[in-house]
Amino acid sequence: MSPVLASLRSGGRWGYMSVSRWFVVLAVAALFVADLAITSLNPWADLRRLIGGLIHPDLPSVEIWSVVYTVAFAMLGVTLGAGAGFLLAIPFARFRTVRLICAGLRAIHELFWALLLMQVFGLSATTGILAIALPYAGICAKVYSEIIEEADLSALRVLPEGTSTISAFAYARLPDVAAAFRHYTLYRFECAMRSTLVLGFIGLPTMGFYLESAFRQGRYAEAGALLLVFYALIGSRRLWVRPATLPILMVASALALPATIGAPNLGASLVRFLTHDIVPSPLRSGHLLDPETWLRLGQWFRPIVMQQILPGAFQTLVLSQIALVATAIGALILFPLASRRFAGPVGQPFGRLVLVVVRSTPEYMLAYVLLQLLGPSMLPAIVALTIHNAGIIGYLMGRHADGLPYRADAPTGLDLYAYETVPRLYGQFLAYLLYRWELILRESAIFGILGVATLGFYVDAAISELRLDVAVVLIAATAILAATVDALSRALRRRLRLTDLPTRLSAPIGGKTAELARPVCG
Amino acid sequence: MSGRMRTWSFLMALGCMTAGTVSARAADAPIFVFTGIPDQDESRLVERFGKVATYLEGKLGVPVKYIPVKNYPAAVTAFTNGQVQLAWFGGFTGVQARKASPGSQAIAQGAEDAAFKTYLIANTKTGLTKSVDFPKAIQGKTFSFGSRASTSGRLMPEYFIREAFPGKTPDEVFSRVGFSGDHSRTIQLVQSGAFEVGAVDYSVWDLDTKAGKVDLKDVAVIWESPSFPDYQWTVRGDVDATYGPGFTEKLRAALIGITDPAILEPFARSKFIPVTNAAYAPVEQVGKSTGLLD
Repeated sequence: MSPVLASLRSGGRWGYMSVSRWFVVLAVAALFVADLAITSLNPWADLRRLIGGLIHPDLPSVEIWSVVYTVAFAMLGVTLGAGAGFLLAIPFARFRTVRLICAGLRAIHELFWALLLMQVFGLSATTGILAIALPYAGICAKVYSEIIEEADLSALRVLPEGTSTISAFAYARLPDVAAAFRHYTLYRFECAMRSTLVLGFIGLPTMGFYLESAFRQGRYAEAGALLLVFYALIGSRRLWVRPATLPILMVASALALPATIGAPNLGASLVRFLTHDIVPSPLRSGHLLDPETWLRLGQWFRPIVMQQILPGAFQTLVLSQIALVATAIGALILFPLASRRFAGPVGQPFGRLVLVVVRSTPEYMLAYVLLQLLGPSMLPAIVALTIHNAGIIGYLMGRHADGLPYRADAPTGLDLYAYETVPRLYGQFLAYLLYRWELILRESAIFGILGVATLGFYVDAAISELRLDVAVVLIAATAILAATVDALSRALRRRLRLTDLPTRLSAPIGGKTAELARPVCG
Repeated sequence: MSGRMRTWSFLMALGCMTAGTVSARAADAPIFVFTGIPDQDESRLVERFGKVATYLEGKLGVPVKYIPVKNYPAAVTAFTNGQVQLAWFGGFTGVQARKASPGSQAIAQGAEDAAFKTYLIANTKTGLTKSVDFPKAIQGKTFSFGSRASTSGRLMPEYFIREAFPGKTPDEVFSRVGFSGDHSRTIQLVQSGAFEVGAVDYSVWDLDTKAGKVDLKDVAVIWESPSFPDYQWTVRGDVDATYGPGFTEKLRAALIGITDPAILEPFARSKFIPVTNAAYAPVEQVGKSTGLLD
């Protein structure tokens, strides 16, 4: 039995240090097998041009409808997803089937959903909205149900006998959790904006469509303009996405949706997709009662496992373990920037701004750009995941660092950092990292579409060869891997007694701020 | 009005408005939509397909629209699920699309497409020079294909590589294999040195060279492949039912009738000529032998 399992089972000394050490050891081991080459001969020239584009953005080049569609897809995707999530949250805690469905919905990345939906709905608003709504229904159901569990039960206890479940929910539970629901859902919208942007990279008419073209052809002034508009939209979210503006935004979004160009034959496509395309090819032609058919199914399945799932899963894990530890190191370095105590009253707002910008940049887009700059290897993917996640965790940690009560004679500078702040926040730090572990893994798998040899690489190949049956098997394998890492992360958090700490920052930081934000997408 | 009533009436209004837009759209005349595989610089694609759309609209008497896609399989999918009726496919994507969408036909190809070629290109720092025989010295180098579903950038070069190194896959022949996504990108990657050797569509090489995008000091053609059939216009089998009898033939005649150099030049084609599905049997065979097709 491996020492990891042994100590997990015996309940032996399983402290912050030993967990951290294991993750570092795994990441170092992964570094030995990872492909970290920089193949591009002159990455700096392109990087300079990219930064030049951000400094001199070509604002008139921004396709205004792409901005409208980005907002509209995100708005309607979240509305549908959160609505379905709300309905699923009620039976979530009681029914295992519901939990499994939700786990399946959220374990599949938006991009994979979009690739599958595109087969039936084509390049259309339906594809874009459903690709957001399906995984978001899964995640919203889970989070809403957690909020309900955490809620105060005193109102429920005083209800008279015989109150129906629905009334009890509506009158005793809902009022208590409404504020948390609202905050979380509005925050989800920001995540959805990022997701929607990324959907443009595979052809939907959002800002990502134009960003991809601009990056691909080196029109950096146009890319810079699109990015600045996107940051402005995200940065001003609290101003224009409010409970009062929601109805207007929803109606406007529904009216602004692009008409589907051409008329995909939905019924026929759906039937073909479900009864032919995703059915394993040996089962399409063979008789189900013929043992020969099942033999051929085995022969079909074996190379998929041996030549695609296993190597793909291995590379996915290599990438995600390195990225996780790099994120940890990055967050530890960055968080003082966002803390008033370390960066001072002038530095802190600036540090926060930087980290918020970094957080708003979709990691998929970052990986796309870095792959162009550095050439194809795992290195750009690691850097992209690290920048994005370290930005998020650094921002949150910075706020925690200011929320801590310090003694009047507390040390300053490096002493404070190393001997007081970091040790006191270390549990919180691990809670965030373990929570993001699964998100990093899902994103690592997706980066395969960009050419890194993770599971997405094989999904992309299967789709290029029109082998949707293989693609579906690979996507299912990815979902199982993500769900396994999620379960492992949960078990570790329980073992480390971190479960009560905020991971999505649902609890107020340091007991001071009343803001209920869950600024972690997943 | 109570809060709940307001919510309900709002939702109903939303529902009516959505239903209204959808039905209004359905009543429009059927648009004829086409796409093309994004095999090179997007600005060139927008230019050439925009001109084709205008031309076809004049000839066919129906509204014609070009829908851009981001990758090869997206073009095939748009064709098989009926979002587009016509597509400018490569040899292999055409075979894929016609297989998945029975009844569809290849109707016209470029005059150059009957005998198309792949160029192997190399960064000049590799010291590789042009040869008539397959350059076996590329073994162990880094190698970039175009799109995974490209005929001249993947299928055929992979076939020639497998022939030159029997029993080996490209992964085993080269130290690194990549898929750039399109031919213009392959040229840039080999030129910049990100990959040492690459396989490109000869017509895109010619276009990009003429456009001044290729620095011949850094990248050179080292091999010309034997010829094979490539690009073609493929149309769905149900267009006659939708747009009237004889539509397919009218479309074929319109495409073959293109003489305007302004349309033909961005395609790097001298004219379009009639073709049938049977012309692509060799591509299908190669697809099966390399395992890319069932």
